Amino acid sequence: MMSLKRLTLTGILAALPLLAGLPAQADALDDIMKTKVLRVAVPQDFPPFGSVGTDMQPRGYDIDAAALIAKEMGVKLELVPVSSANRLPYLQTKKVDLIISSLGKNPDREKAIDFTVAYAPFYSGVFGPASVKVSAAADLAKKTVGVTRGALEDLELSKIVPADAEVRRFEDNNTTISAFLSGQVQLIATGNVVAAAILEKNPPNRPEPKFVIKDSPCFIGLNKEEPALLAKVNAIIKKARTDGSLEAVSKKWLGAPLPADLPG
Amino acid sequence: MNLALSDLTDNGGLFLRGAALTIGLTMAAIVAGLVLGVLGAAGRRAQSRPVRWVAGAYVELIRNTPFIIQLFFIFFGLPRLGLRLGSMEAAFIAMSINLGGYATEIIRAGLDSIGKGSWEAGFSLGLTRWQTFRLVVLVPALQKVYPALTSQFIIILLGSSVVSQIAVEELTYVGSYIQSRNFRAFETTLVVAALYLLLAVGFQQMFAAVGRRVFAYAERQR
Repeated sequence: MMSLKRLTLTGILAALPLLAGLPAQADALDDIMKTKVLRVAVPQDFPPFGSVGTDMQPRGYDIDAAALIAKEMGVKLELVPVSSANRLPYLQTKKVDLIISSLGKNPDREKAIDFTVAYAPFYSGVFGPASVKVSAAADLAKKTVGVTRGALEDLELSKIVPADAEVRRFEDNNTTISAFLSGQVQLIATGNVVAAAILEKNPPNRPEPKFVIKDSPCFIGLNKEEPALLAKVNAIIKKARTDGSLEAVSKKWLGAPLPADLPG
Repeated sequence: MNLALSDLTDNGGLFLRGAALTIGLTMAAIVAGLVLGVLGAAGRRAQSRPVRWVAGAYVELIRNTPFIIQLFFIFFGLPRLGLRLGSMEAAFIAMSINLGGYATEIIRAGLDSIGKGSWEAGFSLGLTRWQTFRLVVLVPALQKVYPALTSQFIIILLGSSVVSQIAVEELTYVGSYIQSRNFRAFETTLVVAALYLLLAVGFQQMFAAVGRRVFAYAERQR
């Protein structure tokens, strides 16, 4: 058996090549164009953004967005399935070029990596059938809204809801969804991903987007000091947002058109 | 351990409103459930076979399915059949028919304990079967099973916590609402538990007082 001291030493020695590899800064865009391969970290456990289909192939919004970018760059796409916990290390150790994994932006993360413009909507909102006319919190007057007690949507909605709206707070997500589907509440406050999952089942009561309670869209992550790659991906996303190709992805996976006010 | 009960003082009004709704719902369900129980017990001892069968099926259905499933069936299931009830109405109906099912069996046991002589006494006075049931047999039967009935009432009082699932804003709902806001889960639960205990003991005292009044004739006979 190895002594603790030996073990520590072995560990340090094993880590040395990693440390040595980091400063050797090459231009990531150059490398991609040279190898003709774009490596993208995608989720595998977060439908509809990324999951594994019945054919064992990754599928979802993030996968389609990655394919779109690779096609525009004219390179082959290599998908690397990651989890929420390990997606940043994958990028920082250069095992992937981009993270397209429903990544939200916050100041802490911005210190560690760069973000492109937003490529996908991710928000808590109020949803309901087309027959219920609501486009802002004030319109909720005299309407019933179902929400899960204590969830983010409950806390945020409670701040903005008018006094004569009826907010019905249910025990858990499934009960809230049941209340909406059985018509016990007219509207439901939840995440757009949950609404999309309901829409996919084609229920008689359709949760169409009404208004946003709290917005935290998804961005593509890449390493810092890669201005060429950042500019390239930004240009592709901006073009895809206007030419309808990203709109098609949004309609396919989220059942809703791309919001016009995606940031960046 | 550090108890931050003072964090809850702002919520006194909410707790009271929740407790009031729990009391109101329970009282209403007890009245309706008792009526259902008497009718059900009469039905189980009826001469007509279909009536006996219906009453028996009711008891078996209610006593062999979980309360929460009965509640969900009424609240989420009935809209599919075109009957949409508010959460309050659904809670009241679910609690009433649940209590009715159990009360039927308890009251039937009371009726079984009344000897043939009481019935014959009624008939010999020229009373019909229904009149004999109502005027002669029912009250002594209820007196025999009164303790069992009241404990079933307490069970429905405590069971009413389940209706918080469908957003009825009773005591349990209020507790979970408050703790989702202030993150004082233990303190909130402690207060809710204390309030239920208080309610249950209060109900017991009340039922004992009611029992002494309603069954006073029997005491006089001794």
